[in-house]
Amino acid sequence: MLDTYLPILIFIGLGLFVGIAAIGIGFVLSPRAPNAAKRSAYECGFAAFEDARMKFDVRYYLVAILFIIFDLEIAFLFPWAVVLEQIGMTGFWAMMIFLGILVVGFIYEWKKGALEWE
Amino acid sequence: MEYLQTFWADLPVVVQILLKIAAIMVPLLITVAYYTYAERKVIGHMQARMGPNRVGLFGFRLLGLGQPIADAVKLMFKEIIIPSGANKLLFLLAPLLSIGPALAAWAVFPFDAGLVLADINAGLLYILALTSLGVYGIIIAGWASNSKYALLGAMRSAAQIVAYEIAMGFALVGVLVAAGSLNLGEIVAAQQGNLLNWYWLPLLPLFVIYFISGVAETNRAPFDVAEGESEIVAGFHVEYSGMTFAVFFLAEYANMILISALTALMFLGGWLSPFQGTPLAGWFDWVPGIFWFLMKTGFFMFCFLWFRATFPRYRYDQIMRLGWKVFIPITIVWIVLIAWLKVA
Amino acid sequence: MSFQLLLFYLFAAVLIGAALMVITRRNPVHSALFLVLAFFSCSGLWMLAEAEFLAIALVLVYVGAVMVLFLFVVMMLDINLAELRAGFVRNAPVAVLVALLIGAQLVLILGPERFGLAQFAAPVPKPADYSNTEALGLALFTEHLYAFEIAAVILLVGIIAAISLTLRRRPTTRYQNPGQQVRVQAKDRLRVVKMDAEDVA
Repeated sequence: MLDTYLPILIFIGLGLFVGIAAIGIGFVLSPRAPNAAKRSAYECGFAAFEDARMKFDVRYYLVAILFIIFDLEIAFLFPWAVVLEQIGMTGFWAMMIFLGILVVGFIYEWKKGALEWE
Repeated sequence: MEYLQTFWADLPVVVQILLKIAAIMVPLLITVAYYTYAERKVIGHMQARMGPNRVGLFGFRLLGLGQPIADAVKLMFKEIIIPSGANKLLFLLAPLLSIGPALAAWAVFPFDAGLVLADINAGLLYILALTSLGVYGIIIAGWASNSKYALLGAMRSAAQIVAYEIAMGFALVGVLVAAGSLNLGEIVAAQQGNLLNWYWLPLLPLFVIYFISGVAETNRAPFDVAEGESEIVAGFHVEYSGMTFAVFFLAEYANMILISALTALMFLGGWLSPFQGTPLAGWFDWVPGIFWFLMKTGFFMFCFLWFRATFPRYRYDQIMRLGWKVFIPITIVWIVLIAWLKVA
Repeated sequence: MSFQLLLFYLFAAVLIGAALMVITRRNPVHSALFLVLAFFSCSGLWMLAEAEFLAIALVLVYVGAVMVLFLFVVMMLDINLAELRAGFVRNAPVAVLVALLIGAQLVLILGPERFGLAQFAAPVPKPADYSNTEALGLALFTEHLYAFEIAAVILLVGIIAAISLTLRRRPTTRYQNPGQQVRVQAKDRLRVVKMDAEDVA
């Protein structure tokens, strides 16, 4: 089984290499003449008033947390989908209970307005 | 011929693998280059313009076919500007994290029956895992640039990608339930029969949702608020120039091709002939499967461009609503339905 | 075999190195990224143990989801490093003690007499068509069904906790209701008044 994963390992390495090579070529061929104005962050003509790294709406964190939960749900669904034919009705209802519990959470989320953006 | 076969068999395994990878990657990169050309040409004609038509090859105009090459050379000679406030290492790492997964996902792709580099059993899971890594390039680029526009674009696009990834994952689960296997080759094999057996019909809602999510996932119009040029100039890659920018660009287009190819594979029967199961089947036996696969992929690639030329940009709250409140409920209902049909 | 062993040591070395960097880097974003690297090498190790599904799921769930949240938090919060470091010196003796205790326990338990190669023979390599996902699914949905359902409840608690801890509606923000926007008719917004022309005097 591991034999089939060797090409993948090499492929990932080569994929990163393509990126490194491209940027490397850029560095070799391109001129370098930095000056203060060129190296400043892009703004609308003024110098930046403050550091760009600001605090963000907590909503973004909430979305990320909900994403983790649904991602886990998908991770559980994958093996279920593969063996569904073998586990039959028991497996089907087991997953229905699982999904049912999570749909309760989803409805709660919806009703609470966690999915609203202003 | 026989000489070639023995020559191939005598090569060390690693060299064989490297050559196979090159056989995937080189055409892919050329396709990416010409996809950018096709985009300008197609959208140009949709807007009653000519598109690029000046740069030719070897002194002939050839409809501007030299354009991508000229673009690549130009980008190579452009200065790479690293903003003074930026975190240098992460700034350069971000494009790599974008291109790496975009290319590596192709490792498990079957182009024809048996024509696959790594025929792993968890193929679909592997692709889902790799596409979920694409968000890193964006977040890190936005943060490392230390620029407001970049950070805003990165946050927007991260939240958007994350929402659509769930819809995408659920759509994939639907395909899995129908096919009963994670292996991409077996998923195609499960669609044997005729045109109506391909999953676009039995899984129609999932098919539509998957492709739309794919468009949103790659930050393409009409879901391109992340780089909305009229509001936040270019989003996460505003500070990038020269080859660093080119690498982001490559990754974006490679991802678009990947989504198109996956949609063709999972919902339009991959390399299966559309004439299968009809009286015409015999006439088209000589056509290699990869031809059908490329035609189907090309259709979805064209759709990406078509969408961009046709639809106005979505508002951000509409995007999030569509992802969370429309797509996710529909996919869950459809998975339950398919699973019920499967076991009952 | 030797190539696999080489890969094992490579992944293990990267894992330990990355883990050390996670706790020694000053910049929390770097720490988080080293944690990502640690997860990757861990995934490589699991793959070497032929746990295909777990290895990829680790990347999918931890790298693709959990670490994204970590990065969000680390990047956007103002973490005062000086304050954290002051706490470091004060807590160092206790921390060292705990670390030593844990280390000693690990050495005692994970010694070669219990976990050596003699106790656990190397597993037979699986054939190419062996599906790890299938085996896992069969085990999960038959023997471990109860634990599986409990996982759902834990996830539900997670959803509710996340929402009740972080969701605050500010009275000043205005929301749009797309449903209402779509349903709106001309007659709700526009009144056509019929009237005679007036004399402009």
